Amino acid sequence: MKHDGVAQEDAALFEPLIRTGRGFYITVAVLLAIIALGVYAYLRQLIYGLGVTGMNRPLFWGIYITNFVFFIGLSHAGTLVSAILRIVKAEWRRPFTRAAEAVTVFSLPFGAGSIILDLGRPDRMLNTILYGRFQSAIMWDVTCISLYMLSSIFYFYLALIPDIAVCRDRLDVGSFRARLYRFLALGWTGTERQYHRLDRLMDIMAVWLTMLVVIVHTVVAWIFGMTIVPGWHSAFIGPYFLAGAIFSGVGAVIIATVILRRVYHLEEYIKPVHINAMSLFLLSLSLLWFYLTFVEYFTTFYGNEPAHMAVFNAKFSQEFSPLFWAMVVCCFVIPVVILGNPRTRTITGAVVVSIFVNIGMWLERCIVIIPSMARPRMGGIGSYTPTWVEWAITIACFASFILLYVLFTKLFPVVAVWEMHEARQRSIPEAVERVRSYMPGATASSLPREE
Amino acid sequence: MARWGMVIDLDKCTACQACTIACQAENNVPFAGPEQGAMGRSKHWHDVLAELEGEYSEFGAQFIPRPCMHCEDPPCVKVCPVGATYVDEEGIVRMDYDRCIGCRYCTTACPYGVRYFNWYNPQWPAPYDQYLNPDVPVRPQGVAEKCTFCVHRLEQAKREAREQGRELTDADVVLLPACNQACPASARYFGDLDDPDSTVSRLARSPRAFRLLEDLGTEPKVYYLSEEKA
Repeated sequence: MKHDGVAQEDAALFEPLIRTGRGFYITVAVLLAIIALGVYAYLRQLIYGLGVTGMNRPLFWGIYITNFVFFIGLSHAGTLVSAILRIVKAEWRRPFTRAAEAVTVFSLPFGAGSIILDLGRPDRMLNTILYGRFQSAIMWDVTCISLYMLSSIFYFYLALIPDIAVCRDRLDVGSFRARLYRFLALGWTGTERQYHRLDRLMDIMAVWLTMLVVIVHTVVAWIFGMTIVPGWHSAFIGPYFLAGAIFSGVGAVIIATVILRRVYHLEEYIKPVHINAMSLFLLSLSLLWFYLTFVEYFTTFYGNEPAHMAVFNAKFSQEFSPLFWAMVVCCFVIPVVILGNPRTRTITGAVVVSIFVNIGMWLERCIVIIPSMARPRMGGIGSYTPTWVEWAITIACFASFILLYVLFTKLFPVVAVWEMHEARQRSIPEAVERVRSYMPGATASSLPREE
Repeated sequence: MARWGMVIDLDKCTACQACTIACQAENNVPFAGPEQGAMGRSKHWHDVLAELEGEYSEFGAQFIPRPCMHCEDPPCVKVCPVGATYVDEEGIVRMDYDRCIGCRYCTTACPYGVRYFNWYNPQWPAPYDQYLNPDVPVRPQGVAEKCTFCVHRLEQAKREAREQGRELTDADVVLLPACNQACPASARYFGDLDDPDSTVSRLARSPRAFRLLEDLGTEPKVYYLSEEKA
């Protein structure tokens, strides 16, 4: 594979790296302003204590913990789209892989970071390493999320190397970026052997990350599930959180890719057929989400245990019911109505649904976490209203996530150029061969991927 | 080695809340003030819970004085990521305020709601700031705290007994915690549950004895006595 071919074929993908419009600066300025407000809010919290939040007794956890679960959930998109679809050889994944991996890598710091934002004593954070006890589910999380973060950054970087090499060789940019590309390219020359090794390593990493996705989100759910708090203490909470994570993650990838498509004119790469495939995927996840939600609450309802029913009623008919039903509308009604109909399953439709899915999944995290604490087994009913500090920090987390994403799109191609090239060069004949091998009379030796 | 426990006789309790006030003063538990109190941030290591029963005109109330249950298998200790809360060798669930990272997992996990969090640095209006108990540390902002069974008094009683060259007796400890000492109805007892002759283990064997949320398997070391619930 030669760089010349790559760079010419996909010149459009390098365009954002070379030319920067006014929109970019405005976006960055707005995001920085929001982040500055969040930093100010956090400094207040640091100085005066968590008293500046709306948290209280018995609602010891609020929207920081909601954000923690939400961002970790969002991060599962990248792995799912990139790794799992790689394993099952879904060819339509190709324009999404990098955008999805970037969602993973940039949302994880805010997932892990939300726990630190929530600590009463962030200055003692390292006690988890000095005195960590693996009896606590929090330590399981610290371990798994650290491992997941390192692994997904590694996977993201691996897939970037060939494109960084193209940037190094073909782009005429300032000396800082030229040096950065040279350093990060690790001497990649694009030989057949290098590609072969990269492919092998990415296959291994894809399996490893898929395993981590399952473990990480189950362990996140176990923070709640392992306690005996009514509404949390359920074996079901792990799979439920995992399915929800993939659901919101796929939505986030749709939003990100459609924005990139519009802003960077990638209509040639991200076609309606791709978005349609993702939309159908999102629709099936919505149905799965509804099934899991129904099973969870119907079991509680039928069992009718008083402590559990107090939480159930708080969600279904009492103070949390507006949030609960909004969640059902966002996560189930809207996706099924819009994506279930081929006429509204358009790119716009997919984005609208994805936005609602992400709002709905954020609400779902709230609904799982907060009402249980509002109905403790002893000591009356609790209530919680987040303060501006919590909202400012929450919005700043989202703004920081977007800022990292925007900066990334200016440094690296948002579609994996070499993967597109690989698709043209190799995957088309491979796919033909693969389909042929399914047919009667084909021999096992005609199986693809014997590089 | 002793295994400290408490017995509270609900049939004697008048719900006067002297226990709560005594605890507040003894353990330097700060006042939250009306505004923070309304937000659910008042701190009472010892509290008197009112359980209302029945409908109007046949209204009944059960008052339950509630210290920490000092469970044998405490859900709070299990979840602490740094070992800042632990069960000491005599069965008291204690806190290491210098190690706590303030994650509030323990406060969430405790089914009895006995754990409190320092949302702000503690403050006492004058002249209460002059009355702080020097035997009990003041907890800083951002850590969890809870009833200690007045472990500082226990240490002092042990020290005194040692100086007098004798063993700690049941009579030394039965009214030892501040809440027991303040109880005007003599409804509270403290002592060694492993000593079959101690007041608490005798009363814990009473047919009137029960524990809170016993079905959760936390094995509380606080027993309640009541004709009705027996």
